[in-house]
Amino acid sequence: MSVATTTAPGARVRRGLTQGLPLAPAVVLLLVFLAGPILYCVYSAFTDMALTGASGAQFVGLDNFREAFGSTQFRQSLVYTLVFTVLSAIIGQNVLGMVLALLMRAGSTWVRALVSAIVVGAWVMPEVVAGYMWSAFLGDKGSLNEILGRLSLPSQDWLFSVPILAVSLANVWRGTAFSMLVYSAALSEVPKEIEESATMDGAGTVQRLWSITLPMIRRTITTNLMLITLQTLSVFGLIWTMTRGGPSNKSTTLPIFAYQQAFQLSQLGYGTALALVLLAIGGGFSLVYLRALRLEEGRR
Amino acid sequence: MTTTVASHSSTRRAAPARTRVRPRGPGRLFDKTAVNLALLVLALGFVVPLVWLLLAAFDARAGAAVSWPHPWTLGNFRAILTYDTTYRPMLNGFILCGGGTVVTVVASVLAAYPLSRYQFRAKRPFLLTILFATGLPITAIMVPVYGMFVQANLIDTLTGTILFMATTALPISIWLTKNFMDGVPIELEEAAWTDGAGAMQGLRSVVLPLMWPGLAVVTIYTFIGLWGNFFVPFVLLSSNDRLPASVSIYTFFGQYGQVVYGQLAAYSMLYSLPAVLLYLVLSRRLGGAFSFSGAVKG
Repeated sequence: MSVATTTAPGARVRRGLTQGLPLAPAVVLLLVFLAGPILYCVYSAFTDMALTGASGAQFVGLDNFREAFGSTQFRQSLVYTLVFTVLSAIIGQNVLGMVLALLMRAGSTWVRALVSAIVVGAWVMPEVVAGYMWSAFLGDKGSLNEILGRLSLPSQDWLFSVPILAVSLANVWRGTAFSMLVYSAALSEVPKEIEESATMDGAGTVQRLWSITLPMIRRTITTNLMLITLQTLSVFGLIWTMTRGGPSNKSTTLPIFAYQQAFQLSQLGYGTALALVLLAIGGGFSLVYLRALRLEEGRR
Repeated sequence: MTTTVASHSSTRRAAPARTRVRPRGPGRLFDKTAVNLALLVLALGFVVPLVWLLLAAFDARAGAAVSWPHPWTLGNFRAILTYDTTYRPMLNGFILCGGGTVVTVVASVLAAYPLSRYQFRAKRPFLLTILFATGLPITAIMVPVYGMFVQANLIDTLTGTILFMATTALPISIWLTKNFMDGVPIELEEAAWTDGAGAMQGLRSVVLPLMWPGLAVVTIYTFIGLWGNFFVPFVLLSSNDRLPASVSIYTFFGQYGQVVYGQLAAYSMLYSLPAVLLYLVLSRRLGGAFSFSGAVKG
């Protein structure tokens, strides 16, 4: 700032307050509606608070967490969360997004425009709509079985036989556009000349990709992986509309499990303990993401 | 080939004058065709699930199975275009998401101004906290938020839900707005200051007019995000006459006992329309990869 330095400390404080004043609405909102619930979450995770009669909550220490880690259903939901995240985000969206972005660079203009419109269209669609569409697609009489029938392959109710796979597939469909856009942006900044000189040095397509192109956008890959993991960890509407966590909890990820415990079984304390676990996992990933960003800044 | 490129590429052998270009001709053409084909096949995979939605919406006897409408009809749309089924949830959606977007954008612009224009000690920690908050799974705090809303008597109120939805969008929105504001040179404002304008006056008459494309991105991006949000209104609102389109599509299922697939598909299309249209506006104006360089790279 080129404003002249003031002499009196009182004036400086006053000027600081005036300058900082515009921050107030945002800070108040964030404190009340974000920091507040998080603190409340930490507090109530250690109580036996129930949905009815919140006044009689007792401090129960680590009981909720002991109960959680002792219950098979909780561990199961952790496993399903992991499977869902790895399958749909880290493998599905990430790889498919990268493949699309790479192919797009070599494709014709009209194909590029068409394909990106379709993929992005899937992304813009509200998650509830995507959920219903996919349950119709994968259901007993759905289009997928119709197609399989035409190819004389065995059909099945995919939502019933492999629910976690079904919801993962739907999430890949919905979320790939994000990775595709991120990778397209990153690839467009890779100088063409570098790749071309690698080709002239005799590198094949795969080799060039592996040893030149991908290392150059390595940091974008890290940040994208963090972001899509975070997005996938908190997916609720898609799974809820498709399976509601069923059948027999076989697609119950952590958000669904916490919701069921807190709202359907009225165990607010236990539910918030579960939510806290999810929050901690998300917070961990978010910290790694911050670190990756900072490293990136340092490298520039 | 320029010298910078030569220094970039790990020159394993001393490169002579590189006059050879990539091989052209039939081989390249075949490559391009193969790539186009692969892209179209992948795109087909994305289109197939949509087919059911498009066909069922115009089919009076639509079921879960995909079938050619016979005959094509607008009956499904006519059936759902009533106040209770479509207009009210849409209106609620516009009130909730519109209100949330206004609150978010106003708070972001105000917050971005000191973050972009002044140096103060808490700035870096504040920005890091904001960035950290963009990663937090909002789903996780819905349980405590519900508890808080019950105790504060905010449950099932539009105001409370609007404020909470605005807050969930706030971190990323502040971050983007600040980056866009950084792009407006401060010299222009200093000219306004010498003319006697205050900081807020400078913001309104100099900065905002210059960063309106960025502001449009933040606004539309926020609105699309809120429009698709299902979980927040699902938990915080319970009265039928306050539910937005995202939640009422869900009650639509149970209301009739049996699922009326054609109407569900028609409703889904109407509900998706605002998000799709706004995205089109956004991408036409600013190119496909709009906010990503700001969001992902910091």
